[in-house]
Amino acid sequence: MQSAPATRLSPQLAEVWARLDLVMDPELDEPVTDMGFIEAVSITGPTTGHNISTVEVSFRLPTYWCSPNFAFLMAQGIKREVEALDWVGQAIVRLQDHMAAEEMNAVINTGGAFSDVFAELMPGENLDALREKFDQKAFQRRQEVVIKALIRQGYPSDEVVRLTLADLSLILFEDAEEDRQRGRYAALLLSKKLARRAGDLAFPTYQGKPIGDDFKTYMGLLRSVRINMEFSGSLCRGLGRSRYMEADISGDVPILVMAAQSPPFHHACR
Amino acid sequence: MFVTPEGKEIFVVDGHTHFWDGSPENQKNIHGKQFIDCFYAYHTGLSPKEELWEKSKFEKYSADDLYNDLFIDGPDDIAILNSTYLSDFYKNGFNSIERNHLVAKKYPNRFIVNGAFDPRDGQKALEYIHFMKETYDITGVKMYTAEWNGESKGWRLNDPAAYKCFELCEKLGIKNIHVHKGPTIIPLNKDAFDVHDVDYAATDFQGLNWIIEHCGLPRLDDFCWIATQETNVYAGLAVALPFIHARPRYFGEIIAELLFWIGPEKILFGSDYAIWTPKWLVEKFWAYQIPEDIASERGVQLTDEIKEKILGLNAARLYNIDIAARKADFALHPMLIAAE
Repeated sequence: MQSAPATRLSPQLAEVWARLDLVMDPELDEPVTDMGFIEAVSITGPTTGHNISTVEVSFRLPTYWCSPNFAFLMAQGIKREVEALDWVGQAIVRLQDHMAAEEMNAVINTGGAFSDVFAELMPGENLDALREKFDQKAFQRRQEVVIKALIRQGYPSDEVVRLTLADLSLILFEDAEEDRQRGRYAALLLSKKLARRAGDLAFPTYQGKPIGDDFKTYMGLLRSVRINMEFSGSLCRGLGRSRYMEADISGDVPILVMAAQSPPFHHACR
Repeated sequence: MFVTPEGKEIFVVDGHTHFWDGSPENQKNIHGKQFIDCFYAYHTGLSPKEELWEKSKFEKYSADDLYNDLFIDGPDDIAILNSTYLSDFYKNGFNSIERNHLVAKKYPNRFIVNGAFDPRDGQKALEYIHFMKETYDITGVKMYTAEWNGESKGWRLNDPAAYKCFELCEKLGIKNIHVHKGPTIIPLNKDAFDVHDVDYAATDFQGLNWIIEHCGLPRLDDFCWIATQETNVYAGLAVALPFIHARPRYFGEIIAELLFWIGPEKILFGSDYAIWTPKWLVEKFWAYQIPEDIASERGVQLTDEIKEKILGLNAARLYNIDIAARKADFALHPMLIAAE
């Protein structure tokens, strides 16, 4: 998680952070909070009552060049999730130190569309199609984790492909990460309407078909999805960590230190 | 020359190096600053800490630094020096062919300098290709499809204007077309992300070799699919290889996919100097084994013979490098020691 709580959070701030946990980096399928993207959260106005306060969330991506369409999806997600809180009247999102920050912040906070900012540069860019593509990848990545966990537990592959939603819910996952992914996977199964009833297959393809006999080829597909996502994920984490850092080579071994001329930069604390 | 712990000499062709000037004096605008800053974050984010450079050296290093890091301290025998203009960001370009040519002249027989052009320049691009061939006798070029050019934020290899340029390249014997298809630095044009234009260009220009730098990551599956269909598509390992230090298991997955799909003859080593230096990359690569479970899932092995191909033999074939002749020549001309 983003950082250890230095002081106890007000209940309202904790509620905001809990909503932010639900916003994913669409390319990586990881929460923006886990990725360390959230820089500051502040609340103005009373927090009791309905639709009355303003919450400002600023966020920062690993590089100045991070894809504007992905950034836009995250900004939209932040605004949507925070505004879902009953006492929040308005969420203001601020993307920091990014090539398209100014244009994007203006449009996001007035409820505009991606095409309002980038029509000229990305004609025909369809964020819904992009969102759908990312949903598919997220589904496949989560599914692979769960299937692999079952194989490790000793389930034969021909049995895995026939497991039902009810079967899956009864299986115990001892590894915390695997259990977390099982929950995330089940949530997507439901929201994508790929399995709803107890007797539905727990591991359909994203097209809603059974995996069938060619388990190995199917797992190869899931693997390639994961390899691509992991590449972006590790690169983003690495770049995020080292943005604004410089090597100090005055000692025996170089160390990374904060650059003298870096912009004001705080890690938000929960 | 890399000498293995068993004493075997391995001929190393570094397929991807740069001699850039990203210094504040050369930056035209904030984009120029952010571009080199981002490269530096790649350097600091994935290098072993003993290999870290100071920011000021990273922004602008000398010809002697380059020579020393590649050939004296480093294991390279030959380095392919790519040209990248980024003239919307840098006053004198980021690493122009003129700048590259000077260093190649200073240290003869070590560098193969590749040119660059922008098909969106139309007739001027064609004239420039002629100029580079006549002046520098180039045999390869580096394409950067995401580069900005005025209003345009990117182009595709199968644009008609690009095809005119590639026709000319083929005619003039400029056979090696390196294409940056990797993590996106300037991502505004969504087409600049994907690798599908490689499919068209490689099919339509069978006489050219298409070296896809960064093997299309994070679109490795699309890349592998295309490279498996097309006999003239190659994978450049720059950016993928440094994961061997930070995330060795993950590197194993990438190299296993590449070996499984496109085979050991079509993978090329590249350090992406000065983002990373070749010494530690080659040492770690030679010592590396794919974790057993990954290797057996894909049914591939990274043998010494395959490593030798990746480190030099494959690129030598593409660039017609006569290894025996080069070795004899190097023996006659001992390494110059770079001035302090």
